[in-house]
Amino acid sequence: MKAIVSVVGKDKKGIIAKVSACLFDMDINIENISQTIMQDYFTMIMAVDTSECKLKFDDIKQELNSLAEKMGLEIHIQLQSIFDSMHQIDTTKKGL
Amino acid sequence: MYSSNEIIETINMISQQHLDVRTITLGISLFDCITDSKKRTCEKIYDKIMSKANNLVKIGNDISSELGVPIVNKRISVTPISLISASSKGHLEIIRTLDKIANEIGIDFLGGYSALVHKAMTPYEKEFLLSIPEALSTTGKICSSVNVATSKAGINMDAIALMGKIVKDCAYRTKDDDSLACAKLVVFANAVEDNPFMAGAFLGTGEDDTVVNVGVSGPGVVKTALEKVDGDLTQVAECIKQTAFKITRVGQLVAKEASNRLGASFGIVDLSLAPTPVVGDSVAHILEEIGLESVGAYGTTACLAMLNDAVKKGGIMACSNVGGLSGAFIPVSEDAGMIKATEIGALNLEKLEAMTAVCSVGLDMIAIPGDTTAEVISGIIADEIAIGVVNTKTTAVRVIPVYGKKAGEYAEFGGLLGRAPIMNINKYSPAKFINRGGRIPAPLHSNKN
Repeated sequence: MKAIVSVVGKDKKGIIAKVSACLFDMDINIENISQTIMQDYFTMIMAVDTSECKLKFDDIKQELNSLAEKMGLEIHIQLQSIFDSMHQIDTTKKGL
Repeated sequence: MYSSNEIIETINMISQQHLDVRTITLGISLFDCITDSKKRTCEKIYDKIMSKANNLVKIGNDISSELGVPIVNKRISVTPISLISASSKGHLEIIRTLDKIANEIGIDFLGGYSALVHKAMTPYEKEFLLSIPEALSTTGKICSSVNVATSKAGINMDAIALMGKIVKDCAYRTKDDDSLACAKLVVFANAVEDNPFMAGAFLGTGEDDTVVNVGVSGPGVVKTALEKVDGDLTQVAECIKQTAFKITRVGQLVAKEASNRLGASFGIVDLSLAPTPVVGDSVAHILEEIGLESVGAYGTTACLAMLNDAVKKGGIMACSNVGGLSGAFIPVSEDAGMIKATEIGALNLEKLEAMTAVCSVGLDMIAIPGDTTAEVISGIIADEIAIGVVNTKTTAVRVIPVYGKKAGEYAEFGGLLGRAPIMNINKYSPAKFINRGGRIPAPLHSNKN
């Protein structure tokens, strides 16, 4: 399944490294990354593919949540379809 | 293609502006459960609903987790029970069956303890209507609605006279809970058959066997979007349209997913802006953002007319099938801004009635003094129903005569139903008019002035 991982929090060293490692450990492939600093906040958006991941979606969320807690960040993972739906007129096209 | 900003916008809508899907409502036809035996009818109803809906809550929770958007309620609506029980006369037994089902599946509400009596009542339908207080006071999740008028049939004033008494009976039977049963009873004109919202949801006679109808929400999202608009009202309307588009798209996505997973057909998305008592989730605050000192001020009806129309225009483009009540809801007890406006005296029943002429639904979740007579309640219902019938729109009344309490006191319902300041009402009697009974003929649909 295609999903979007979004990471928001105070900028610090190692955010990309740790989030990527966590995804790698779950067999989740990162297809695209964009990262900016918005209003002093580190904001990273990753488009990922979870099709090789053996975990359930809720468990993936759990893993990311515990990483988020450790690092003092907010990490969300949501299916890409919600963003396709809200931000594209034609939902048959794929986002990103 | 979309940008990081758009992704953050979506996340903020959900985490800070209370964007949610208010309900996935699974409509289930019970026509194939009709028998002439009370016991057999109940068994068939139990088997049918359990087989179609036992996964509803889990599926709703799964979709919510995957999309990261809250789905607040999971509900069931059924064919109006008065039609299903007419042969067996087993409505009292069906109440128990539906209550058991609702508790076992773990849904939030089950709607459809309903009757359609817009032109006339059969003797059995009258008996059925009189059982509504029993259904609502002895169960937690069952909701009831009664259609008493349509633009084509006119207004059944006998039914309205009876509903005044039934509302009073509901209030009395739940007097220890601030007459909570009345919050689960809606009296309609031009009731829609695919409404996912409670208390008025039932599955109409022209519907499929199992249907998913979804109600979206998101007044907070509209208010936040409007905070950035500094232009004229054309720009305000445009902003509401674009926001409604995005909100509705979430509803469409959830409805599609839910209908696939439940093996049911995709019914409609109801585009209603439904407030909750939580701060930042108020329709009143949208109107105030547009420029009213308080909702209820002169200009409120015009503002609301624009809001309601813009929500529909944006939503219709976003969704393949729009239906239900679609518009802006103005339930007093469920909206922090409406409660405040009532408290400071800016909003009264008469202004609310005017507002219902231009938005969806009607006099909703309004607490009135407990000593209000049945005839006065029927009068309130008749006025609101007339607005719907003449304007060819759905209107409804959900008033709560709070037993033992007076104007200025509060009714506390809790949860989504909120708390309501009890409103002052006009005490002059419409008793002679109400007790005449009969039917107000259908209005002329041409020569509109």
